[in-house]
Amino acid sequence: MSALRESPSGEPQAGTQPAVRLTAVTAGYDHRPALEEIDLEIEPGSLVAIFGPNGGGKSTLLKLIADLIQPWSGTVEVLGEPAGRTAHRIAYVTQAELVDWSFPVSVWDVAMMGRYPRLGPWRRPAPVDYGAVAAALERVGMTELRSSQIGSLSGGQRRRAFLARAIASEPDLYLLDEPVTGVDVTTQEDLMALLASETAAGRTAIATTHDLAAAAEHFTTVVALNQRIIAVGPSSLVLDPEVLSKTYGGHLLVLGNQAVVMDDAHHHDSASGGEQHYHERPERR
Amino acid sequence: MLSPITEPLAYDFFLRALLASSMVGVVCAVIGSYMVLRGLAFMGDALSHAAFPGVVVAYLLKGPFYIGATVAAIATAVAIGWVTRRGNLRGDTAIGVLFAGMFALGIFLFSLIPNYVGDLFGFLFGEVLGIGFGDLVALVGLAFGVLAVIAILWKELLYTTFDPLGAAASGLPVAALDYLLLALIAVTIVVSLQAVGVVLVVAMLITPAATAQLLTRSFARLLAVAVGIGVVAPLVGLYASYWLNAASGATIVLVETALFLVALAFRLQQGRRRTHEVGA
Repeated sequence: MSALRESPSGEPQAGTQPAVRLTAVTAGYDHRPALEEIDLEIEPGSLVAIFGPNGGGKSTLLKLIADLIQPWSGTVEVLGEPAGRTAHRIAYVTQAELVDWSFPVSVWDVAMMGRYPRLGPWRRPAPVDYGAVAAALERVGMTELRSSQIGSLSGGQRRRAFLARAIASEPDLYLLDEPVTGVDVTTQEDLMALLASETAAGRTAIATTHDLAAAAEHFTTVVALNQRIIAVGPSSLVLDPEVLSKTYGGHLLVLGNQAVVMDDAHHHDSASGGEQHYHERPERR
Repeated sequence: MLSPITEPLAYDFFLRALLASSMVGVVCAVIGSYMVLRGLAFMGDALSHAAFPGVVVAYLLKGPFYIGATVAAIATAVAIGWVTRRGNLRGDTAIGVLFAGMFALGIFLFSLIPNYVGDLFGFLFGEVLGIGFGDLVALVGLAFGVLAVIAILWKELLYTTFDPLGAAASGLPVAALDYLLLALIAVTIVVSLQAVGVVLVVAMLITPAATAQLLTRSFARLLAVAVGIGVVAPLVGLYASYWLNAASGATIVLVETALFLVALAFRLQQGRRRTHEVGA
């Protein structure tokens, strides 16, 4: 892994170029900028958390990398090519709130969708695809629940199913929008262990999170974001009061060695004292 | 001896109507399954009404009605999709405006035709018993065309319906697939116009899939049940309309509605039993 982390001081070569590079990127919605003048390089093999306040542009940054939105100015390069060209090497795990959980698909169906883009329109799933899906479900611990309709699962199981879809697509870059929000501690640990093993194998994972405890504990690199990049560095940055106060502005309360984020009501206070967050929501429809 | 089942089969018009309406039932059930999962019921209603001015213009120009209807419906679908993506209006607002406007245009043009009343009822409410051989061939051809596209792209359409962001990020052309589905809906509506007419097409599209959704929890079974209803309801409805001398399109839709109500009652019964078991 250290070889992959060497900074590309000389000529960019295959294998040593950054997994993601944004240069002077400004982007937003309806003439209102969400991100301004973003410069960011992410090395292959990194396990990156993007944190910051709501409306700070976390999801927007992820969508730029996924080529779901286009920058107003600046350039986005992903896996060595302009964003969008490498889509087949990307797995995007959608925020749970944006998914229709009553949809008539099983865990197996969801994981198999990860194979669809590489199959193309004419081909049906072949044994190699069944094998990849079965292996992915095994890795996320959902083999026994493979026939369950997704709406009948707990929040943690739903996230496992979506991670299985990502793994089944055999990507080089994982993009995860709030992967540890609303899941139980066990799922959070399992999910992060999986992402750690994927990044140890040279793949890259970038997640948004507003859970500072999770960012500090599970990620190797963190990006503090509030319309602009506030700081990039090791995960200990989320414990730095100066970075936190710059990132969250007036929404941060520092009490002794404990920082509490005063974000909107439905989001969660986050503590830097190594507290675990537990938000299991076993909703059923 | 002639039984109630075989007697109408002696008539060519009845055989043509049977073939046409079950073909319509199948295509509508397949396309409708995607529409129900995407929340496009209102869009279906809009496109069927939007086809009406195309029918009238085709009549005025003495061309085949399905070309006029296809052009009008697809143009409206593209316009709605464009306004929804680019404009600052909500999707249902754009649909409501264009739907009513196109239908009004159809009525307006129709009212300019002197002494022409006869076929209005047919276009609005369907006249499958009057379908000619040429129209039947066109209908079957178009229906197979729609089914062929779905057979090739069902996976991609399913993925983009379920999770458009995830599908787009992994490289599927989501915008193009959205437009394609709208075009398929438009063609399906045109195929169905003679069977059930402008006003009732939406029932053929939505009701079988909605019924299936009450009964199944997998996409493959949803499709199968919807298609089953799409075949059976027109058969039952046509016989009923023959023996009761009632409007065929409306009778077919009533059979589908009745099946939906039965499924709904079954579902509610199941839910109540489950609640009792949990409570006990």
